[in-house]
Amino acid sequence: MTDVTRSRPLSPHLQIYKPIPTMVMSIMHRITGGALYFGTVLVAWWLIAAASGAAYYDWVNWLFATLIGKIVLFGYTWVLMHHMLGGIRHLVWDLGYGYEKHFATKMAKATLIGSVTLTLVIWIIGFLAR
Amino acid sequence: MDMRTPLGKVRGLGSAKEGTEHFWRQRLTAVANLPLLIFFVFFVARYAGAPHAEIVAALSNPFVAVIMALVVTSALTHMRIGMQVIIEDYVHAEGAKIALLILNTFFAIAIGGLCLFAILKIAFAG
Repeated sequence: MTDVTRSRPLSPHLQIYKPIPTMVMSIMHRITGGALYFGTVLVAWWLIAAASGAAYYDWVNWLFATLIGKIVLFGYTWVLMHHMLGGIRHLVWDLGYGYEKHFATKMAKATLIGSVTLTLVIWIIGFLAR
Repeated sequence: MDMRTPLGKVRGLGSAKEGTEHFWRQRLTAVANLPLLIFFVFFVARYAGAPHAEIVAALSNPFVAVIMALVVTSALTHMRIGMQVIIEDYVHAEGAKIALLILNTFFAIAIGGLCLFAILKIAFAG
């Protein structure tokens, strides 16, 4: 009996389908959410450093301002923007709009373009604020 | 046909009516996160790399301190219940799942404790 059950054909899973924007943005929403989760360590670190005094704060500031630090923080900014725009897309769906497939695809693409644009804008503002 | 079990009838409790609690809290914190994190992003963009005295002065402002505390609370709640769904979706071994769900809550509370302590210390003691 067990062999019969095992040899039954399985229904095709994700990897069999051509990736389409809505699919990719769906999993990206989850991945960016996971990245934001672990990135909160950086936020806590920064705040604790500010509360610990000038010497330690200056060291953390230096670390975050290194090339690697900047790349990580740039990535973290993008991840936040992507998850935020993806979240707005989900709220639109929760309200009952945006289910038409071509429109949903447009929203998925807009999420990506918007997140990259916002990330660049934030970093430009950040550098101008110096 | 009555589908309820005899035990269920005796208890007379019916549904616990909390079926949508998780879904709702995720949306509630999502909506709260929007303005809070926009503030947070601008705050960080403005004060990243600023001298210590400047960041302390900024965080000493009562409005900034309260908003930062709300950012931390809302974002960490959203993040904790989000990670709960990820764990429940992918981890099927009962022991590992429960262990990760516990760790998830511990992590969120630890990060929240650190952030809130730092914010309050700066706000009250500079």
